Amino acid sequence: MANLTNDFLGIKSPNPFWLASAPPTDKEYNVTRAFKAGWGGVVWKTLGFDPHIVNVNGPRYGVVHGADRQVLGLNNIELITDRPLDVNLREIKQFKRDWPDRAMVVSLMVPCDEASWKAILPMVEDTGADGIELNFGCPHGMSERGMGAAVGQVPEYVEMVTRWCKQNTRMPVIVKLTPNISDIRHSARAAHKGGADAVSLINTVNSITSVDLDLMAPEPTIDGKGTHGGYCGPAVKPIALNMVAEIARDPETAGLPISGIGGISTWRDAAEFLALGAGNVQVCTAAMTYGFGIIKELTAGLSLWMDEKGYRSIDEVTGRAVPNVTDWQHLNLNYVTKARIDQDACIKCGRCFAACEDTSHQAISMTEDRVFEVIDAECVACNLCVNVCPVENCITMERLPAGAVDPRTGLTVRDDDANWTTHPNNPMAQAAE
Amino acid sequence: MTNSSTTPGIVPARLDQATLRCHFSDHEPPLDPHEARVAADRCYFCLDAPCIAACPTEIDIPLFIRQIQAGQPEGAARTILDQNILGGMCARVCPTETLCEGACVREFAEKKPVEIGRLQRYATDSMMARDGHPYARAASTGKRVAIVGAGPAGLACAHRLAMHGHDVVLMDARDRIGGLNEYGIAAYKTAGDFAQAEVEWLLGIGGIEAHTGVRLGTDLTLDDLRRDYDAVFLGMGLAGVNALGIEGETRDGARDAVDFIAELRQADDLSQLPIGRRVVVIGGGMTAVDAAVQSKLLGAEDVALVYRRGRDRMSASDHELDHAATAGVRIITDAQPVAVHGNGAVREVEFAYTRDGASGLETTGETFRLPADQVFKAIGQTMGDMPEGLGLEKGKIAVTGPGRTRLDRIWAGGDCTAGGEDLTVTAIAEGRDAAEDIHAALGV
Repeated sequence: MANLTNDFLGIKSPNPFWLASAPPTDKEYNVTRAFKAGWGGVVWKTLGFDPHIVNVNGPRYGVVHGADRQVLGLNNIELITDRPLDVNLREIKQFKRDWPDRAMVVSLMVPCDEASWKAILPMVEDTGADGIELNFGCPHGMSERGMGAAVGQVPEYVEMVTRWCKQNTRMPVIVKLTPNISDIRHSARAAHKGGADAVSLINTVNSITSVDLDLMAPEPTIDGKGTHGGYCGPAVKPIALNMVAEIARDPETAGLPISGIGGISTWRDAAEFLALGAGNVQVCTAAMTYGFGIIKELTAGLSLWMDEKGYRSIDEVTGRAVPNVTDWQHLNLNYVTKARIDQDACIKCGRCFAACEDTSHQAISMTEDRVFEVIDAECVACNLCVNVCPVENCITMERLPAGAVDPRTGLTVRDDDANWTTHPNNPMAQAAE
Repeated sequence: MTNSSTTPGIVPARLDQATLRCHFSDHEPPLDPHEARVAADRCYFCLDAPCIAACPTEIDIPLFIRQIQAGQPEGAARTILDQNILGGMCARVCPTETLCEGACVREFAEKKPVEIGRLQRYATDSMMARDGHPYARAASTGKRVAIVGAGPAGLACAHRLAMHGHDVVLMDARDRIGGLNEYGIAAYKTAGDFAQAEVEWLLGIGGIEAHTGVRLGTDLTLDDLRRDYDAVFLGMGLAGVNALGIEGETRDGARDAVDFIAELRQADDLSQLPIGRRVVVIGGGMTAVDAAVQSKLLGAEDVALVYRRGRDRMSASDHELDHAATAGVRIITDAQPVAVHGNGAVREVEFAYTRDGASGLETTGETFRLPADQVFKAIGQTMGDMPEGLGLEKGKIAVTGPGRTRLDRIWAGGDCTAGGEDLTVTAIAEGRDAAEDIHAALGV
């Protein structure tokens, strides 16, 4: 059976699933339940200095629902811990004693000056916590006070604060990155330069989930007004996957450990983050939606999949897909495919036709008795029909073998690799070797 | 409760009030808003959707379902009612399994169609729960149109004409407006006196003067109407019923199923409605099924539905037959009645087994008898008295195109005309289309 134990920066946990710094890791009661349920570790809800902050007393969360009220995305305007610092520290210390096999990482956010960081680091170190995570990500509230995303959005600040922390503690330093920037690599490079042991990402995405059209105010609405919050959950996973991969394949940050965060709800999501370079993953929204019990599916599912694929440890999965993440210019233009419709599986809804006819390349024909067929001479293999077809595997993409003629272009398909860098239409093309 | 299911004879109160209330409540409860959204989400929004083509009134079904999904059931209702003003009743009584839902690609894919009927009811119920009527009349044209028969065809025709600004006089021979919606549909399909509520709502458009107890041929003639009105629409349905033509069919306890169903629908207190202990229903259509099921629901001990051909030839849908079987009705096929026996009142019905022979249906020579104290005949309806001058086709009023009869300025639609299936929804489509044709002919 696959070994799920995780060693992230020397921080050991029985599985690679940590609960992200958020309400589920706010206090002793929740974390006890989490550890009992089987979570590998937690990143404790972000600590700050006293006097502790306060939260709004109206709604903190907004939601985007699927049809059956499936939670596709949550947005929150909650701030960091609203409990006194010493209470948090005492609980953390006790936890590390009671649950020595679990990862206990403490999220921190203090004003952007060295003295503040110097002051809080020893207090955390004293708890015996395994590491710290610098919250440079919260996009709401704290950022207005020069903390959270206000730091994370300026690479120089990221580097500077990371360095202060590295100079003032022996604990591993994980820098949590905000996605609310133009290029995640700049933030990661800054953290790396500052000496970060790892980065974790993504924090939440700036968002307004909905507007109350009667109040004419964003939701969640507090006394007729609303503010942008941080978006998370399954809806942000594609954004997170890309950012993780970008950092993983950036030569400047190559090898920098990554803790993957963003909409992880099932073992498959976790496996995808690992494949794109994450050394472990953090989960929040799925737990907030379904409770801590989902850890059983996450661990069982990941283990089962690893067994099926012959992966013995998490390390063997981490980064497996990174070599296959490339730039557009390196994609093989000699890879020619055509859509194929399985007539036995087709239920004749016509969505492929509508999508292709109205919005794409007019490459699907429709007969009076609703038979849909691909017109190879028009099909550019865009895959939209595959995506909108309600029947799995009814429409697939089939590669034209070398030597075949693509009826759309009239060109014979070649079996060598050719991409934009050598294409004659590219003014910058390099001469073929 | 004075009687039980096993009390001999035809007696009332076989079941207590509470049980009867339960038996005759909505047999398919309405969707709540959440259920509706989930059900709506299953629609694929098919291109040139097969469900639309399968609907005699051609409601844009994917559109109205999408409107439900988008949180506007009243907008959805508007989409429905634009095509079918009695969309509320159709949502309840349409044999959707052979129409829209039968054509749904999800029926094809997984034998589980989108619940179009229930979604339509959700939308139309939402609309009808609002005050007022959603359609406004065009400016008055001063034209007057007479409509004979206030069933689905007549009502649909009346509403459309009123919308176009014509003044409509709607008359019906019965005491209440609604036709078969009021007198002919199983009570549990239109619980809560929905038929009357819908009529009232429909008449809310204004410009429709309704007269009950007026019978064409008795109280006025077609010539009167042609003289007094700019146009006439005939939608009086079928007044006659087919006889079995066998010995003893007039014995006490033997009656037409349509009369029983009408009586049941008009009963204020179902516990006062007498029903046999052993009921035999003869026929294979919806009327037969409705009579059989409701007999059972009233507390009859044994109910048999006997049809002379095979199940595949029955005009009642599989869904309806399954419903009957679940209700406890015994379905016997390939048997035709030979005689109704008894000494004054019905005691048993004799049947002969049948088979398909070289020259059509023939009896096998083998017979059997079913004990019965009540027999319902449901082997089809006929025109009854026909106004003079109208051409006949298959025993019904001959029409061409949108309900044009052979007489000038007279249109007809619904069950009294040939062509189309005798469905509520077909009648509505015919009434609507005739109204448009009348409107065009009136040239205003």
